[in-house]
Amino acid sequence: MTDILMPALSPTMEEGNLAKWHIKVGDKVESGQVIAEIETDKATMEVEAVDEGVVTDILVPEGSQGVKVNALIARLQGEGEAAAPAAPPAAKAEAPPPAKAEAAPAPVAAPAAAPASKPVGDRVFASPLAKRLAEQKGVDLKGVAGSGPHGRIIARDIDQAKPGAAPAPALAAAPAAAPAAAAPAPQRQALSLEQQGIAPGSYELVPLSNMRKTIARRLTDSFRDIPHFPLTIDLEIDRLLEVRQRINNALGNDVRVSVNDIVIRAVALALRKVPEANASYTPEGIAMHKHADIAMAVAIDGGLITPIIRAAETKGLEQISKEAKDLAARARIGKLKPEEYQGGTFSVSNLGMFGIKSFASIINEPQGAILSVGAGEKRAVVKGDQVAPATVMTVTLTCDHRVVDGAIGARWLQAFKPLIEDPIVMLA
Amino acid sequence: MDFDVIVIGSGPGGYVAAIRASQLGLKTAIVERELLGGICLNWGCIPTKALLKSGELYEQLSHFESYGLSVQGRSYDFDKVVQRSRAVSKQLNGGVAYLMKKNKIEVIEGTATLEKGSPAPKVVVALKAGGSRTVQAKHVILATGARARTIPAIGLEPDGEKVWTYREALVPKSAPKNLIVIGSGAIGIEFASFFRALGSEVTVIEAMDRILPVEDEEVSKAAHKVFERRGLKFRVGATVKKLTKDAAGVTIDLEAGGKAETLKADVAIVAVGIVGNTENLGLEALGVKIDRTHVVTDEHFGTGVPGLYAIGDIAGPPWLAHKASHEGIHCVEHIAGLKPTNLHSPVPGCTYSTPQVASVGLTEAAAKAQGLDIKVGRYPFKNHGKNIASGETDGFVKTVFDAKTGALLGAHMIGAEVTEMIQGFTIAMTMEATEAELMATCFPHPTMSEAMHEATLDAYGRAIHI
Repeated sequence: MTDILMPALSPTMEEGNLAKWHIKVGDKVESGQVIAEIETDKATMEVEAVDEGVVTDILVPEGSQGVKVNALIARLQGEGEAAAPAAPPAAKAEAPPPAKAEAAPAPVAAPAAAPASKPVGDRVFASPLAKRLAEQKGVDLKGVAGSGPHGRIIARDIDQAKPGAAPAPALAAAPAAAPAAAAPAPQRQALSLEQQGIAPGSYELVPLSNMRKTIARRLTDSFRDIPHFPLTIDLEIDRLLEVRQRINNALGNDVRVSVNDIVIRAVALALRKVPEANASYTPEGIAMHKHADIAMAVAIDGGLITPIIRAAETKGLEQISKEAKDLAARARIGKLKPEEYQGGTFSVSNLGMFGIKSFASIINEPQGAILSVGAGEKRAVVKGDQVAPATVMTVTLTCDHRVVDGAIGARWLQAFKPLIEDPIVMLA
Repeated sequence: MDFDVIVIGSGPGGYVAAIRASQLGLKTAIVERELLGGICLNWGCIPTKALLKSGELYEQLSHFESYGLSVQGRSYDFDKVVQRSRAVSKQLNGGVAYLMKKNKIEVIEGTATLEKGSPAPKVVVALKAGGSRTVQAKHVILATGARARTIPAIGLEPDGEKVWTYREALVPKSAPKNLIVIGSGAIGIEFASFFRALGSEVTVIEAMDRILPVEDEEVSKAAHKVFERRGLKFRVGATVKKLTKDAAGVTIDLEAGGKAETLKADVAIVAVGIVGNTENLGLEALGVKIDRTHVVTDEHFGTGVPGLYAIGDIAGPPWLAHKASHEGIHCVEHIAGLKPTNLHSPVPGCTYSTPQVASVGLTEAAAKAQGLDIKVGRYPFKNHGKNIASGETDGFVKTVFDAKTGALLGAHMIGAEVTEMIQGFTIAMTMEATEAELMATCFPHPTMSEAMHEATLDAYGRAIHI
């Protein structure tokens, strides 16, 4: 019998939604066959079978939300597999092969024994000791990720959990916990819409997707905990537009380099010149990133995602353009792999195509800065004593002041400006 | 690339790792220079258990009258006792060969050395059949085990005649009339127990202040008492200064409590610990870190050299077969990209003397040393129904709980069959059971294991039968 467990599709994944089963009980499964689709907070991914065999149980129904990583989701029985547990070597060595028909459990009996009816999503699996420690410490088990077998919460996980992670009602109910002293860190407790005067029935409630929850959590954390400040600068892009035209003419029809592609390359080169802006704040120290892994914000159905052009400082425009196009296309159909959208060092968000003149984005933790790119538009520019028309694009660098000070941010923009205003500088 | 995984050494660490690797779809080879199954199957755990069973049965014959039975004369054929032990090893050695074949693991017979390579060191095998073969894998697991520690400077070195290590002690020509065992760890105590059962006069020398020094003090004390009743003699807190040999046997000069003493015997068994087999593998050239005689590893048994891992005895204490197997499985599952959770289990330890000793987790002293507030429970077998009925009333079960959380911190047992019982407490600890689950468990009556229940209840002042 082979257990199929909820896979961790990324190192940080704790739970996911079982979006779709491609198999049903009784199906024969080949190794490598797609058996399910798992929706994480960012993407939908296909799960392939590792072992082959016949599906005996589907334990988590399609559409289940919040399935913990390593939870048992289905079972396979290998062909002619004996259900007898492994005997010690001695016994095995001399015992004749077990009679297959006898040893294998009848498939009909399986569903009854399987805990199929249990709502895996709700039940918290924790060791007795972990439960007791959680109670003593005032920790809500629902908020703890388990590191034991099948994702079970064990004592170590409670040791690492912050006391007071329990929501208020649970805390009040725990008799042993010191009520006031163990008060949780102030958590934003929104008033209900009704309490705020919006009549019930006057709106439709759209359930929160995992992506929406992640956006809400990450950006709230970032905006609350990171000292943000914006730096804005105007850039003339007439030469850039001309260069872009010439490049595209030269490259033919295969690639259409966009303004954004050039911005990404210029960002990467500017980060090489001012590496202090390519950094992350950590309690242990400032992480100075060795490569400019540029995350680009892509709006997708139901939210946004930030696929990454890795080591963009090493890549030419043509390659950046191809990668960006491919990543954006796959982002829109939810087919990015976690490593393609996790771990960037600097973000670029471009709302120019919507005519937005300027804006200041929220930092995408743990990055040190994010560049917000506005629309290129004809403006009257004073040159010397003359007013002249020029195509101008306003960009805003939002900095994490813990790591990127005002002067660093300004130096970075100064390095960025000539790359954009005269792209020939990129050749230097 | 020839293999996904090459395991060097086919003891209980190596062959188990190889089977798990094969189960996970990894193409696996195992290199063995001597016998499949390693020390455990061929020269350790298993053949000693065979000898001990013979000794135990023989000794029991002298108590038959107390069970209302009579025996006319008793004797043994020492050669046959040893032959049986060898036959048991041979059967299991064949069992491992079968398992290798069944799991499609290639067995390379020869002695391995490592050379720099990528993504893992290259394995060069001097083949038993002659010639050499170089094989390359993505991952190489060292499981070369350990051997008896010897101290030639003071004569603690086996000669196969009058000075033995476990290896010579497994295949002697006869049971010595007078025997000295140096070292009272599990290995020393088991041989002392065996030869005493066959009638040898046995003295055990221990440098620490008590026998079985890794066990809980109460267990050491109880063991000492029962062993003395069986006729074993002990010199504790005694340091061996020199072992000399002459035609008559061995002479051991020792010092105990500042006084010099001399002991004579026909044979001495050296059981003063073991050393890891780290030599002649090419580890120094690869930059593998070695601390004293074991390889330093990380939490997944990586050595710091890319693609090279070390498990079992060579990776450090406790030097136990089941610990090696456990680490092997963890290491391979890590290699295969799974998230192994094996290491949540504490490692139990067993000594198969008469009476047996078994323990898991912290001793009472160790728990106190950690500053823990503890509750201790005890339950003696002398009051216990099944033990009285069986005529096995020596020993007790002791439990150590964390007073604050109810976590079972350790359990210590001495008595009949306790090596078969310790797994119950080990499962409890692995599952992180508290006193509540152990108390709520229904133990079958009448069994010796009920004493485990009582010892748990006793820690909370609730034992029923005392």
